[in-house]
Amino acid sequence: MSRPSILQKIVTSAAIATPAPVVRQVRGLSDRAIAWLFVTPTILLLLAINIFPLIWTIQLSFTNYKANRAARGEKFIGLRNYERVLGDADIWITLQTTAHFLIWTMLLQVLLGFGLAWLLNKQFKGHSFWTTLILLPMMLSPAVVGNFWRFLYQPQIGLFNYIIAFFTGADPSSFQMLGDVNLAPWSIVIVDTWMWTPYIMLICLAGLRSIPDYIYEAAEVDRASKWRQFWSITVPMVLPFLMLAVLFRAIENFKMFDLVVELTNGGPGSVTELASINLKREAFEKWRTGYSSAFAIILFVTVFGVANIYVKALNAVKQR
Amino acid sequence: MSFAPPHEKLWGKRLAAGLVIVYALVSIIPLIWIFLTGFKSPQDSISYPPKMVFSPTMEGYVNVFTTRTRQTPEYMETLPPPETWYDELVRSRSMVIAGPSKFGQRFLNSIIIGFGSTFLSVFLGTLAAYAFSRFKIPLKDDLMFFILSTRMMPPIAVAIPIFLMYRELGLADTHLGMILLYTAVNISLAVWLLKGFIDEIPREYEEAAMIDGYSRFQSFCKVVLPQATTGIAATAIFCLIFSWNEYAFALLLTSGTAQTAPPFIPTIIGEGGLDWPAVAAGATLFLVPIVFFTIMLRKHLLRGITFGAVRK
Repeated sequence: MSRPSILQKIVTSAAIATPAPVVRQVRGLSDRAIAWLFVTPTILLLLAINIFPLIWTIQLSFTNYKANRAARGEKFIGLRNYERVLGDADIWITLQTTAHFLIWTMLLQVLLGFGLAWLLNKQFKGHSFWTTLILLPMMLSPAVVGNFWRFLYQPQIGLFNYIIAFFTGADPSSFQMLGDVNLAPWSIVIVDTWMWTPYIMLICLAGLRSIPDYIYEAAEVDRASKWRQFWSITVPMVLPFLMLAVLFRAIENFKMFDLVVELTNGGPGSVTELASINLKREAFEKWRTGYSSAFAIILFVTVFGVANIYVKALNAVKQR
Repeated sequence: MSFAPPHEKLWGKRLAAGLVIVYALVSIIPLIWIFLTGFKSPQDSISYPPKMVFSPTMEGYVNVFTTRTRQTPEYMETLPPPETWYDELVRSRSMVIAGPSKFGQRFLNSIIIGFGSTFLSVFLGTLAAYAFSRFKIPLKDDLMFFILSTRMMPPIAVAIPIFLMYRELGLADTHLGMILLYTAVNISLAVWLLKGFIDEIPREYEEAAMIDGYSRFQSFCKVVLPQATTGIAATAIFCLIFSWNEYAFALLLTSGTAQTAPPFIPTIIGEGGLDWPAVAAGATLFLVPIVFFTIMLRKHLLRGITFGAVRK
């Protein structure tokens, strides 16, 4: 049993012989080293799975590559894909559909969300229970729930049609939410509003709670009317929160994919074909890889640019 | 506010409560309908008017987990008596169970990919968030913004090259590929949220520990991590919910081995059209865990959905 003890002796003597700074370096890395060690894996992962593909998309957008005919190779064709995308009437219709979808969903969600937050802020008994209940739809899988809404929208047997018919007296099979060109865009607006109103509500609620009571008390002393208080205190103080909520939601809805794919998949015809759905069709059904890459870049630049301008406006509002 | 006469205030509150409760109840109807439809027989599920009262059956749940074949009465008579309640249920529809469906496997994929990517994004996110919170890093704000901006990309925009890249690397339709992909999407949320939580832990704790002879790394492990447990748990649940619900990448990049439940559930088909009770049963099983997580997360929800921008 002499071996371990010899080994131990060597280790101990080595430790004694080692100067203190070296021990420190082995035991504890310098702050600088730790900083880089901690940040690098995240940056590398993002470079590999976000930035590298993005650069590849940019490169593909200048070629006539088709991913289903990889053997054919690719040819550099300059800006021709961009010219084609911007000259394509279908793309403009798609963007128009997306814009309509964005405007209506944002408008309805801001009105409903702010209204609900304002009511909830009265802090009646049990308000936190009802808040949690209202929040549920936005946490659930849009694809799975969207798919189920197709069942609710069935003309004869669907619950949605039944309830609407019950209150309006119409025949439940007389209207097809998903099949009618005029109603289908509303069907996706309704489901999106149902799902995401709680999001705006939650953020507005935080805004309302951030207003200190003494401001209202001071206004009461000055005999400002409730109406006046609402427009000169409540609205301006909630506005930065509301704008932030709209920013997050607008970015998400501009990319909207899962809910609408399962609900209408762009149909009937292409009346609900939002930008992302058009992109999926071009990229993974028609396999026009180069063309769809160009469209993807145009979309990304649009979101990025608009978001940046919006953030500047948001900061201006905050500073006021 | 406090100057208003008390009775006026009380009625205002009652009216507010009434309106909120009406909205909550209406908005919950679709979810209740999913739950109820899961326990209906196929006939009841498509009856007109929609049935509120019905005799519950487990048929939907049996159908979502099995594949069945229709048999002739002569063949049915030759079979030994059914061994289990679900055998009996299926035979009452003059069918026999042919084998398990793909649902169980898809559900398992959701669990593996969800937990795998959550673990990885929280692990990497905690390290990065600590570094961003405590150290001077050149271009820190730019790096943080870069991390956030990766979230703005439409998934379809990067799906094309990821599809090509995964095809080359053999990661297409694999668990590892999906875990890495979801981690890359989730990490922006993890870093931003966790930085907020770690910012709130006073530096003095670590500094005191370091004076007592702890190294920086030791004080991170033994002082900061225990303090950040709640934040880490909340972040983990957010990452899990995102991976659980993700659809676009799963639809475009997986087809079999690594397909998760969201693209699969809508494809559940019964005899003669969609089997809505089975779809509803699958959806219920898929949604219930998230309902629990949402209730657990109540306090941190606001922070999570705004990337830590609003903290209350």
